[in-house]
Amino acid sequence: MFSYAPAPESRSVVEIASSYGLFIDGAFDPSKDGNVFKTVNPATEEVLAEVASAGSEDVDRAVDAARRAFQSWSTLPGSERAKYLFRIARIIQERSRELAVLESLDNGKPIKESRDVDLPLVAAHFFYYAGWADKLGYAGFGPDPKPLGVAGQIIPWNFPLLMLAWKIAPALATGNTVVLKPAETTPLSALFFADICRQAELPPGVVNIVTGAGDTGAYLVQHPDVNKVAFTGSTEVGREIARSVAGTGKRLTLELGGKAANIVFDDAPIDQAVEGIVSGIFFNQGHVCCAGSRLLVQESIAEELLFSLKRRMSTLRVGDPLDKNTDIGAINSAAQLARITELSEIGAQEGAERWSPECQLPDRGFWFAPTIFTGVTQAHRIAREEIFGPVLSVLTFRTPAEAVEKANNTPYGLSAGIWTEKGSRILAIAGKLRAGVVWANTFNKFDPASPFGGYKESGYGREGGRHGLEAYLA
Amino acid sequence: MPKSARLAVRKTYKLFIGGAFPRSESGRTFVVNGDNAALASRKDARDAVLAARAAQPKWAGATAYNRGQVLYRIAEMLEARRREFTPFGVKADEMDATIDRWVWYAGWSDKIAQVTGGANPVAGPFFNISSPEPTGVVAVVAPPSLLGLVSVIAPAVVTGNTVVVLAPEAQTAITLAEVLATSDVPGGVVNILTGKYAETAPWLAAHADVNALDLTGVEHAELAAELERAAAGTLKRVIRPRPDADFTADPGLRPMTALLETKTVWHPKGE
Repeated sequence: MFSYAPAPESRSVVEIASSYGLFIDGAFDPSKDGNVFKTVNPATEEVLAEVASAGSEDVDRAVDAARRAFQSWSTLPGSERAKYLFRIARIIQERSRELAVLESLDNGKPIKESRDVDLPLVAAHFFYYAGWADKLGYAGFGPDPKPLGVAGQIIPWNFPLLMLAWKIAPALATGNTVVLKPAETTPLSALFFADICRQAELPPGVVNIVTGAGDTGAYLVQHPDVNKVAFTGSTEVGREIARSVAGTGKRLTLELGGKAANIVFDDAPIDQAVEGIVSGIFFNQGHVCCAGSRLLVQESIAEELLFSLKRRMSTLRVGDPLDKNTDIGAINSAAQLARITELSEIGAQEGAERWSPECQLPDRGFWFAPTIFTGVTQAHRIAREEIFGPVLSVLTFRTPAEAVEKANNTPYGLSAGIWTEKGSRILAIAGKLRAGVVWANTFNKFDPASPFGGYKESGYGREGGRHGLEAYLA
Repeated sequence: MPKSARLAVRKTYKLFIGGAFPRSESGRTFVVNGDNAALASRKDARDAVLAARAAQPKWAGATAYNRGQVLYRIAEMLEARRREFTPFGVKADEMDATIDRWVWYAGWSDKIAQVTGGANPVAGPFFNISSPEPTGVVAVVAPPSLLGLVSVIAPAVVTGNTVVVLAPEAQTAITLAEVLATSDVPGGVVNILTGKYAETAPWLAAHADVNALDLTGVEHAELAAELERAAAGTLKRVIRPRPDADFTADPGLRPMTALLETKTVWHPKGE
């Protein structure tokens, strides 16, 4: 086996200030009560910056700014809105190395992912929706669809800038203005995006960024002058938001948790399937709502497949997110590491067999070795609950019908995977899976033109594509 | 001795569950215009969900053409039995609009997927296609009018969902059920419960095997908010009340798309 020399990406392309304010009405200001929180690099526990924590008065001010900006933004010709979005997309492309390094520093994800997946998709998303801004009458929502008003948007920490793009691009293209709250552990790329809005000379108030924790999000969701709430995060919080929005008339879209089945049939090409299983669960440290966290493998090939999978896992490189050869970076936070650790311990206690390759984890920071559990049954908590980490539960099946039944045996319904060489089987199984995205002989692929979103308790509404416009149109 | 006037045979308006017309398991009835109607209970609501769930996969799995045929058959039967609705105050123009609404929706069965789905031009060597699929079992609080009732049932079933309908006007609704029962609609696709929706709706709103909640006919904002809160428990799709709905207007696509999920399938291209 070859070993790899360190190949770190330079940090010098990004300048992180020691402190950041809230971005409201085109300017950065401290929070009213002066509260701040620290954001750390999860790979080193080094403090990256102090960030303002928005209270209710700050959220009020942000919503007011968005409301004022809505008057002119919503009446601007679509072709002009489009050009602002094209400008933003272009600036993102031009600053993408800087933003990729920043994202890896604040989030812990490997630079090869932030550089090759997150940032290209972020720019592409703005380009995609930029083009819709002056074509809304052709989108199938009536000849002259109207924006909703002020959108309150709350995004998670797993793909900070990509989730921002998924929220802000369609909202702005359709003529809405936004107040966005990034996750508490990954606020920096949203604040850099605020700077991009200034660079693009986007009118003040069209985009406002309020940083903070759950309380800030709750103020935003409950604000009476917010017309639309869009949330990506856990099913538990999604339920709370749906409850609090009930009866207010606010429009709501939710992109929530998942427990996707990745189904491998006995005729699947094993090496390709193994790559798909690995990218399905270890991409982004498994911090992916659509991760293929339940491997359903046909019994007759289980032994062979697991042998190949373990061999492949032994070559995964865990460590410095800025190293260009790193496959698995840092777990995003101490709290998330604790949850992954706890559920994994429960998995072992409940009788599943745990396996990880030998790997050296750094001394500082938050780390979790890629892990698989075999002998998992459907009753095990690791087969039912979203772990949101690099932990795979392996179950087996004998017949296609059993595979479908097990795959659908979950309150979630975000994504699924199918591996087989038989085309008719792909179509039949894809039709029976209750999931919003089905990857056949591939996994974890995303595109701005491709609608994404869940069935059942994985939420409602779609992001991406023509479908993604509906969430922001009256 | 004078010939006595013939005594009319009165009809009991029973529930419509799984294609049959049972009385309420609670044994309760109420009187509408001198006739007895069944007062549905929580248990009836649960039975109706069971029937709707059992019928759903087959109904969704039927070809779109077949569903369209069944819906068109409903329009035929409704035209033939239109006079049966006259005693409940349904005027000729409402009846016309009701029948025409079924015909309109019947035609959508094999067109909605092309209008709302299709190929997505992704930036990579992939075949990528989005298709609409029914969300599953829909619980509906229907508006009182016949046109309103049809305007909430038809978009749900033409898209492959099955429904449990809480109907405020028992005679109109059960007469419609009699039309459905003679129109090739498989048992369980449409289930109709009469009585007090304020009593039964909360059970359906919180029912874990219901996928969507249509509150079109809910009149009280507070009850609607309470039902929407209950629906959040399993993240049901919710259609909010439409107190000012004009059911004679073009319904557009939303009544159908609100009850459809979008599934997107990816596959690599390669030789």
